[in-house]
Amino acid sequence: MEKKFFQTSIKDSLFTGLIALALFGPIVGLRTVAKNEVLEVHPKWFIVLIIVIVCAVGRFLTNLYVYNRDQKTGIQSSIGKSISNFLDTKGYQIALTAIIFSVIFPFLPFTDRYLMDIAIMMLTYIMLGWGLNIVIGLAGLLDLGYVAFYAVGAYSYALFAIHFGWSFWICLPIAGIFAAMFGVLLGFPVLRLRGDYLAIVTLAFGEMIRILLLNWYQLTKGPDGLTGIPRPSFFGLPFKSFPDEGEQTFHTFFGIEYDPMQRIIFLYYLILVLALITNLFTIKIRRLPIGRAWEALREDEIACKSLGVNPRNTKLTAFAIGAMFGGFAGSFFATRQAFISPESFTFIESAIIVAIVVLGGMGSQTGVVLATVFLIGLIEVFRDFESYRMIAFGGAMVLIMIFRPRGILATRKPTITLEKSSSK
Amino acid sequence: MDTAYFLQQLINGVTLGSVYGLIAIGYTMVYGIIGMINFAHGDIFMVGAFIALISFILFALTSIALPIVLLLTLLIAMVFTACYGWTVEKLAYKPLRKSFRLAPLISALGMSIVLQNYVQAAQGARIKTLQPVIQGGFTFMEDTGFTVSLSYLQIFIVLVTIVLMAIFTLLITKTALGRAQRACEQDRTMTALMGINVDRTISITFIIGSSLASVAGMMFVMYYGVIDFYIGFLAGIKAFTAAVLGGIGSVPGAMLGGLLIGLIEVFWSGYISIEYKDIAAFTVLVVVLIFFPTGFLGKPDIEKV
Repeated sequence: MEKKFFQTSIKDSLFTGLIALALFGPIVGLRTVAKNEVLEVHPKWFIVLIIVIVCAVGRFLTNLYVYNRDQKTGIQSSIGKSISNFLDTKGYQIALTAIIFSVIFPFLPFTDRYLMDIAIMMLTYIMLGWGLNIVIGLAGLLDLGYVAFYAVGAYSYALFAIHFGWSFWICLPIAGIFAAMFGVLLGFPVLRLRGDYLAIVTLAFGEMIRILLLNWYQLTKGPDGLTGIPRPSFFGLPFKSFPDEGEQTFHTFFGIEYDPMQRIIFLYYLILVLALITNLFTIKIRRLPIGRAWEALREDEIACKSLGVNPRNTKLTAFAIGAMFGGFAGSFFATRQAFISPESFTFIESAIIVAIVVLGGMGSQTGVVLATVFLIGLIEVFRDFESYRMIAFGGAMVLIMIFRPRGILATRKPTITLEKSSSK
Repeated sequence: MDTAYFLQQLINGVTLGSVYGLIAIGYTMVYGIIGMINFAHGDIFMVGAFIALISFILFALTSIALPIVLLLTLLIAMVFTACYGWTVEKLAYKPLRKSFRLAPLISALGMSIVLQNYVQAAQGARIKTLQPVIQGGFTFMEDTGFTVSLSYLQIFIVLVTIVLMAIFTLLITKTALGRAQRACEQDRTMTALMGINVDRTISITFIIGSSLASVAGMMFVMYYGVIDFYIGFLAGIKAFTAAVLGGIGSVPGAMLGGLLIGLIEVFWSGYISIEYKDIAAFTVLVVVLIFFPTGFLGKPDIEKV
């Protein structure tokens, strides 16, 4: 028995090696290099050999040590469960600590310009994740074109700010309204589609917006992008080192030395507040009838219809509200970068935001934060290995779906429960 | 002049439509059998194009006659790309058969990102140019001021597509394998009870879909002469549109849909605007899904409690 098992394992791993050879032989082993306009093939058999051996031996070892065991329930689920339990019991304190930490973060001694930039980027993704969580996590609509609303927000902010010279605080709600309008415009026809069709249509919509931004040169300057987007000011007080004659700036008003970090810190607090508003809004709306209708619709559409919930309008509000927060995040992005081009709104951005929501556990607000810190941190650490980090990123999406399809924080607490009657 | 221009667009549209039709079959077969959108299928097509490219470059060093080179490249691309399709199914989709509905789609999205960046890492991000493999062709209507050309390559592409589609239609309608596939589409549990290896049938479906996509990839690289690691994304969406247009789950529908999408795209760029040619396909996708989601030859999908 034991010997036979050993034999099949050997056979299996040899087969794996053969498949690996077929997979990696041509693509990795025969690298095409352009030389004088003509492609040449540069063999790299050594790397292929290593990959094939690793695959075969790896398969052999997993056969021997993993599949051979009776107990197949891995450690992944127990880790996730303990994290969830921990967050359930200590959730309030942890959230409070996290918020306090993020408030004092800019003034910590080790915080420098680089860390601040990453923190601002992470908070932008957290905000986008929370916005998309309304659509995916609560309403259960897989939106693969969320970046379109981000783009609409960014461009409408930029265009209003450049052409009319309106301030950030006027343009922000306008950008949100524009994004929400686009959400309704897209959502109205497509929301009766089933899950996976909806995903593809939203993806197509995202690409359409990008192509439009790329080709509508008169309005968007196409691939050149929009430059000179006004920087935000502190309620009318700009961040400038040399103010114009008679102008009050942030540092002259408060009578402090000028420091370029002041603007960064202001941007940081701006996105922190915006993100927290998104979160607070989601937490509150979950308890309202509309929020409960979203979650009910996610679980069973037919049951909802029979109870008198209008699926189209309910989904449409989720779509529009999600889009609105995407638009807010977009206008923050525009004012922070001072330059936007269609390059920033590719499909991969949508995929990253979807991955954040899915990895965190759809519907979990804390999960979004954990997943953002993990994924953006990962991307940031491997910044020098452009394509390898994206391979790891895509692979992570597959692995999460296989081992924890409901994300890191898989447990879903009911939003509302009946209280136990005290008479019993 | 106008007729000549129209005829030229028609020829180009049918050629492009053949390529889309071949990719669309993979989408439609997989959707028919396991009800998921194989998002990575466009990238399988891209891998097929790369394998065909490498094979052409290697054969260019030898002095084998052109018809044999074409046949060998076709076979090489089909076999190696089929390995990719098979592996992707085993790794990313098979463990998720019983998971919730959107799980395979997200997994496919991850797989698509992996394949794109893997090819980028292994083959470099720059575009690859292939010297024309088949040259020459017919020209006619020269006296009208606009010469219509029908290249041998276009004839080759359309012919190979017709032959392959005929073979695979026979395979699906007449053989035991085809019966097993259609049975799996209807009811997987019952099919398993009837003694059919469901896992194997699904694997074979992926193998067939991927090898047809690789043929499309080979034609793409011959027709345009330029590929990069990103071609699978747009081609994939357009082929998916073709599958939906023809009625997802129906193989003849996929061929018809591919042809229509090819024609729409070419006529759109010929008569309306070339910058917005990709928008044409997306608009068709949205319009079709909204107004007749079952497509031309699809079966209505009734949701039951």
